[in-house]
Amino acid sequence: MAARVEGIAGRRLDKAQYAENFADLHPRLTGHEALVEADRCYFCYDAPCMTACPTSINIPLFIRQISTGHPKNAAKTIFDQNILGGMCARVCPTETLCEEVCVREKAEGKPVKIGQLQRYATDELMAEKKHPFTRANPTGKKVAVVGGGPAGLACAHRLSMHGHEVTIFEARKKAGGLNEFGIAAYKTVDDFAAREVEFVLAIGGIAVKTGKAFGKGLKLKDLQHDFDAVFLGMGLQGVNALGAKHEDADGIEDAVNYIAELRQAKDLGKLPVGRRVLVIGGGMTAIDIAIQSKLLGAEDVTILYRRGPEHMKASAYEQELAQTKGVKIKHWVQPKKVLTKGKKAIGLKCDYVKEVKGKLEPTGESLEIGADMIFKAIGQTAIDVTGGALALSGGRIIIDAEKRTSVKGIWAGGDCVAGGQDLTVAAVDDGRRAAESIHAYLMS
Amino acid sequence: MADLRTNFVGIKSPNPFWLASAPPTDKEYNVVRAFQAGWGGVVWKTLGEEGPPIVNVNGPRYGAIHGADRRLLGLNNIELITDRPLQINLQEIKKVKREWPDRAMVVSLMVPCDELPWKQILAAVDETGADAVELNFGCPHGMSERGMGASVGQVPEYIEMVARWCKQHTRMPVIVKLTPNITDIRYPARAAMKGGADAVSLINTISSIISIDLDNFSPMPSIDGKGSHGGYCGPAVKPIALNMVAEIARDRETAGLPISGIGGITNWRDAAEFIALSCGSVQVCTAAMTYGFKIVEEMTTGLARWMDEKGYRTIEDFRSRAVGNVTDWQYLNLNYIAKAKINQDLCIKCGRCYAACEDTSHQAIMQSKNGKRHFEVLDNECVACNLCVEVCPVEDCITMVQQTTGTDARTGRKVNRDYANWTTHPNNPMALKAAE
Repeated sequence: MAARVEGIAGRRLDKAQYAENFADLHPRLTGHEALVEADRCYFCYDAPCMTACPTSINIPLFIRQISTGHPKNAAKTIFDQNILGGMCARVCPTETLCEEVCVREKAEGKPVKIGQLQRYATDELMAEKKHPFTRANPTGKKVAVVGGGPAGLACAHRLSMHGHEVTIFEARKKAGGLNEFGIAAYKTVDDFAAREVEFVLAIGGIAVKTGKAFGKGLKLKDLQHDFDAVFLGMGLQGVNALGAKHEDADGIEDAVNYIAELRQAKDLGKLPVGRRVLVIGGGMTAIDIAIQSKLLGAEDVTILYRRGPEHMKASAYEQELAQTKGVKIKHWVQPKKVLTKGKKAIGLKCDYVKEVKGKLEPTGESLEIGADMIFKAIGQTAIDVTGGALALSGGRIIIDAEKRTSVKGIWAGGDCVAGGQDLTVAAVDDGRRAAESIHAYLMS
Repeated sequence: MADLRTNFVGIKSPNPFWLASAPPTDKEYNVVRAFQAGWGGVVWKTLGEEGPPIVNVNGPRYGAIHGADRRLLGLNNIELITDRPLQINLQEIKKVKREWPDRAMVVSLMVPCDELPWKQILAAVDETGADAVELNFGCPHGMSERGMGASVGQVPEYIEMVARWCKQHTRMPVIVKLTPNITDIRYPARAAMKGGADAVSLINTISSIISIDLDNFSPMPSIDGKGSHGGYCGPAVKPIALNMVAEIARDRETAGLPISGIGGITNWRDAAEFIALSCGSVQVCTAAMTYGFKIVEEMTTGLARWMDEKGYRTIEDFRSRAVGNVTDWQYLNLNYIAKAKINQDLCIKCGRCYAACEDTSHQAIMQSKNGKRHFEVLDNECVACNLCVEVCPVEDCITMVQQTTGTDARTGRKVNRDYANWTTHPNNPMALKAAE
């Protein structure tokens, strides 16, 4: 039972309740469950799931390997394409990727649980504590990777496999990127993100230098000089502004920052959360912060989104998950002004809006909602940290199919590039492809 | 409501479902529970001659193959005939028959290949009031090494000889149980008939090694690291049993010989198929050993409903209806043309039909149309092999459609609706020439 303390407060729940609330969303399949689920796969020809996977994992093959009693071979099949297959199994919106196109989704509305099978397989191999890949003979080439998130890790791993020496420059205190500092806690329990980083680095040949970022001593020019190639995968640094009055009032938080804090918290009870929480946004971050606020003991949590459910970047499954956890989602409302008492935010005034010729227009009606805490989850923005060296589009780095930037010797991938999908799995694919391109470049 | 009563060579039972001679029929306790559950009859587990009881292994007796959800598909065993004293079995048979007079009580027998032991045991069984005896010439393991079971069943002369002795020494109908571990089932069936047997029952279990343990390289079930071949049964053997039953049913010499069908019968539908191939009763073991005796309720009600729906009042109304349709390949109609057709509304686009046809058959299915994933049969390549139908995961999505008019797109020949088979085909060097 949550303590109904007004305002923003920690310790709303007892210890056991925090533990229960933040337990694994989908506990791993047992061996028998995995066999039964694997048997549902039809081993499709030119399988749609494989095409839908941004990293093109050979899904029918890995499922068949599970069904014949070799989950570790299955994991190898997964890691061949996606070294962060363990995290992707937990956080991929499979309902809009592989499982959406599974023929059993079409046949009976129940796709093969590809994500859960992938988790089963990768868990089995990772428990072995034996890295499944070996490095090629040393090439003597050195590559700098900026950013230790999914893109950087995937790139570094593949480069190391090809025998190159890699140095990862990471801005934070530890590598992992959004896997470690973003993503809902209940999707990656038991410090999985950190364990996965350890697993990736176990191939050897990858040095991680933390506390290193552009603008904080790290210079692109130096990297170009000191290394044979550079990969940029530093994600996004900025957070979109709301554009509402009194946006800087107390009690208004960036969801991204709050989640980072939550992910690193040793004691969830120390995290203060409002009794009544508003979340502004329609993407995964909005869903993640809304659910986690609820799990931290907030009594009422409402997501405000300016368009309809079908426009939300969060999938229908994620929206439903939030609603199941007791989160309310209000559509077609746009924050106009933060209501304040002194310096404190006490609510939001919103306009009801409608779409006219693709643009949002106020309907003339408005609404005031009280709150102790307001989260902004309206997207991250790119800040040009490379000092104008690279061609950008909308602030993000322009790359070609091989992930090459406009400058020879520099590749980029993940959230910092233009036209991306802002997904872990897409970042991993960028990293691996870039590594292959870098390898070809270095060896030619 | 359909009447399921049967009279098989004078053995009456309220329904055609008997429990086969096996562990489920080893003693009074089991058989009474089976009769309470509704089984029409039992074949009591094989009795041997008087003397020190049979010794079984003290390790595992069964091995199995499973589907993904542990569905048991095939079972193998190395158990021997009853290991209980003969007199106790006889007393129990007598008691149960007296208490359940309407149920079929058949007693399975296996004694050495001499006239005297057969004469003695038949006299003892006669005493119990049992309805019939079944001669176990089929058991492939253990007893066969001692000159009994399958080692008798594999020699037609022995079958004939023992059957004749039995007919001489008992008032009861004699059923000869046949082993499938032989190249042509018609020979032992003919021998049983010549010996005067009233009926045959088949199939007994098939010699088998169910699997090898890849850790210690022992066949399973493993007895202290070693394994021996066992008898294979369960759903997986049904097709073999159906064929052997059909061979006997349509053989000129044995046609009309009553058959009790055995082999993988798991539900009413399996039973109906055996009956359609002339079986006057069916025997079940593995299904009961997997699910317990209560499955008989599904079998009796299922068979009755199907008979009602089809308008069959009694078992005799549809018995043997399939026998005339079993023929040799050479008599199949070569003018019958069919093409696979994929129902696009039902197709879920898994592409299994394409993979099967493209990789292993006739390249007769397209995988895309106008740049989209689309599976459709190419009539000019389709030989109607049916593989796509069988690998399609969606029921009735792919069907075989007979072509009755026009030209066969594959051969360019006009469809001829007259029956014509290999015996008259021009490519057959042995073709019978039409009378001039």
